[in-house]
Amino acid sequence: MDWTIWLEWVLKGFILCLILLTGFAYLTLYERRALARMQVRVGPNRAGPQGLLQPIADAVKLIFKEEFTPSRVYKVVFVLAPILTVVPSLILAAVIPLGSKFMLFGREITLYVADLNVGVLYLTSIASIAVYGIVLAGWSSNNKYAMLGGIRSSAQMISYELSLGLCIVIAILLGDSMNLNDIVNAQKGMWFAVIQPAGALVFMIVTLAEVNRAPFDMPEAEQELTAGYHAEYSGMKFALFFMAEYQKMIVICMIAATLFFGGYREFWFLQGTIFSVDRFWFLGPIYLLLKVVVLLFFMIWIRATWPRIRYDRLMAFGWKVLLPLSLILAFITATGILLAKELNNQLFFWSIPVLSIICVLVAVVFINSDLRRKSHGRI
Amino acid sequence: MNSDIVVFLVLSLIAISSALGMMFSRNAVYSALFLVLNFITVAVFYLLLGAPFIAMSQITVYAGAIMVLFLFVIMLLGAENLAPSKSLPWQKPLAYILAFVLVVESVYLVISRAQVDKFISSPEASLNSMDNLREMAMTLFNQYLLPFEITSILLLVAMVGAIVLTKQEKGEQK
Repeated sequence: MDWTIWLEWVLKGFILCLILLTGFAYLTLYERRALARMQVRVGPNRAGPQGLLQPIADAVKLIFKEEFTPSRVYKVVFVLAPILTVVPSLILAAVIPLGSKFMLFGREITLYVADLNVGVLYLTSIASIAVYGIVLAGWSSNNKYAMLGGIRSSAQMISYELSLGLCIVIAILLGDSMNLNDIVNAQKGMWFAVIQPAGALVFMIVTLAEVNRAPFDMPEAEQELTAGYHAEYSGMKFALFFMAEYQKMIVICMIAATLFFGGYREFWFLQGTIFSVDRFWFLGPIYLLLKVVVLLFFMIWIRATWPRIRYDRLMAFGWKVLLPLSLILAFITATGILLAKELNNQLFFWSIPVLSIICVLVAVVFINSDLRRKSHGRI
Repeated sequence: MNSDIVVFLVLSLIAISSALGMMFSRNAVYSALFLVLNFITVAVFYLLLGAPFIAMSQITVYAGAIMVLFLFVIMLLGAENLAPSKSLPWQKPLAYILAFVLVVESVYLVISRAQVDKFISSPEASLNSMDNLREMAMTLFNQYLLPFEITSILLLVAMVGAIVLTKQEKGEQK
């Protein structure tokens, strides 16, 4: 094999890691500033102009902090767990297309690390492995609060993975492919979020649970579990957990943008104009970045406004509401596509968004009446 | 092809040693982790044979779902350190004999059925194409539809059974 191909792969992987690491550092600043604004505070603004050097100051602080390993921990697993948490969050991004392609030194450079024909399955398999880091961290700490956090997180992630898979199935059905590039190109005319808005909504809710973000951050509920699975970790090891959480947020937003919001492609109404990705390749990463920043803002917004959900309600919500809902959505999507193709009638295709929004409304009514009954004391 | 052999040998070494580690660990959690490593190695074997779909499902289903449940149960029951159980007197010799028979059988099969440099050759047509996924789905849902449906119903029955067994009836005391 040509050595330049190897060089290209290594460079692309390296650059992707750099992007994610920088993204992590500045996402923490973004979150703190945005949260501060919503709570009528100022936020970190001392290090550098507008606090832009704050991530660097944080990193230096964490590196020089004392790294303390409690004496009764299972050493090997205790050290392995943060690594097992960070690595999946980094390699998850390998199949996500960041843009189309461009020419450099007479060769075509594509803006993704790997073009896998089962790219979507790769995402689900790596996401399903990501739970190990948290579970093992909780177990190896030999501390009952950490252990409870680990057990909670594993139960939560397994439960929500089913709905996540079904939402991904919706994107696969609409894109007629498991390759993420094909899925992005299938959204040239219309985003999948327009055809299946309910699917995109459920996907965003489920991913919040998968990355353990508020309001589903049960594994680290401070009031109940001190700090959950990372209670015994300090210094750089703690920083790795922190890093994994924020990188997962970025990557999950990239996945959501790719599956439902057109990926690196322009808005559908900008097609054929000067702002099209087909005209200038460098617009691809910019569009993706914009979409990711907006989606991240929604995640931060939710954290700022919603209280943490109770644990049994979390499980009930996952199994009794989200799973049936996503099953119905997948069924509606498949039936609509099939009928539109067989009967050659686009009306069936456009019944997908209508029917799925009705389904979501029914689910909301169901939750509402259930909660109201419970508030009258009959649990 | 040559590099494939090297990868294959290294992977087999990892697979066998992780399987041994799974058997001989004193701690149930370490056993489970070795088993996860073994599953992932097997998934890489599938990749080597040009079957990315099966490799990814292997990781998702076995390493991602089943082993997490195993770990969950081990941790919940606190069964990490099992006391060495008493073995039956005739268990050991029988195990040795059966293991020997298995080794002889597999060596015979490998030598008789395949030439050594052929047995990891991959079907080139299916390599890295969307077609093998489509083809697999077509075969699964046309030719083998009945077995597929029967398996699904079997799994459903097992699931319902598990729920019924653990469910507490209304008004029933614990």
